[in-house]
Amino acid sequence: MKARVHVMLKPGVLDPQGEAVRHALGALGYDTVEGVRQGKVIELDLSETDPEKARKDVDAMCEKLLANTVIESYSVEIS
Amino acid sequence: MRAAVLVFPGSNCDRDMAVALRTAGADVTMVWHKDTNLPEGLDVVAIPGGFSFGDYLRCGAIAGRSPICRSVIDFANRGGFVLGVCNGFQILTETGLLPGALMRNAGLKFVCKSVGLRVETTESAFTSGYVKDQVISIPIAHHDGNYNLSPDDLAALQDQHRIAFRYDANPNGSVDNIAGVLSENRRVLGMMPHPERAVDPAHPSTDGQPFFASLLEQMANT
Repeated sequence: MKARVHVMLKPGVLDPQGEAVRHALGALGYDTVEGVRQGKVIELDLSETDPEKARKDVDAMCEKLLANTVIESYSVEIS
Repeated sequence: MRAAVLVFPGSNCDRDMAVALRTAGADVTMVWHKDTNLPEGLDVVAIPGGFSFGDYLRCGAIAGRSPICRSVIDFANRGGFVLGVCNGFQILTETGLLPGALMRNAGLKFVCKSVGLRVETTESAFTSGYVKDQVISIPIAHHDGNYNLSPDDLAALQDQHRIAFRYDANPNGSVDNIAGVLSENRRVLGMMPHPERAVDPAHPSTDGQPFFASLLEQMANT
């Protein structure tokens, strides 16, 4: 099965890259964009077949490596 | 004094660090990241600057989980001295030996220049050769030096006088102008500026000399 991990900076942590993207969009005339947050998506191919166990494993991977929980939050989709 | 300098794929300040330590009088061993054990009888581990593992995932994230870093964590927990400069500071935050995290510079640019650093505490083996509030000139060269941490962790650093250096003029957006921080036992120091690039008469500044000299002196006395 597959897991998709979304890693984002936590709310309240300034995202300078998102801000730069927002400015660039404004320069292109998209003046309705009020905020941009940039994160990353990590896709994992898993040999695990039990969705519950897969989620548990991927949660642990996020805590140990995939996200830095000092500044980032994560969410996991299993499919 | 016996020192080890860690080497990761992508480290690029490892030899400069070794030269600075040797010049100050240390016996230096280079240690590859896949090694599981540090040399016996070690006093100091230095984690150098560079781009370990190409900064993949996050700066210092992969290196922080490498086999040798497990030994470095044990070494620090036993009271060993650990210095992390630039990418080494990022690695130390990723291991959890130091609080906080280093994010992309607020101005989004790689900043490479000499900066004024204020010595905020002389109560550590790394900073005892300076005078408190002394401003020294040390180079920085980083893209991700924007130090960020929770208000509680920041209050703890301030209350325990664990901020070792502050920038005179903030180059990267770091909280409270922080350039370097100490662990609770004051034996682990992480800093973005490069003291090892300010030791030789051919360098623009030699303000890094007291940094290594005091470290050597403290080791000789313990």
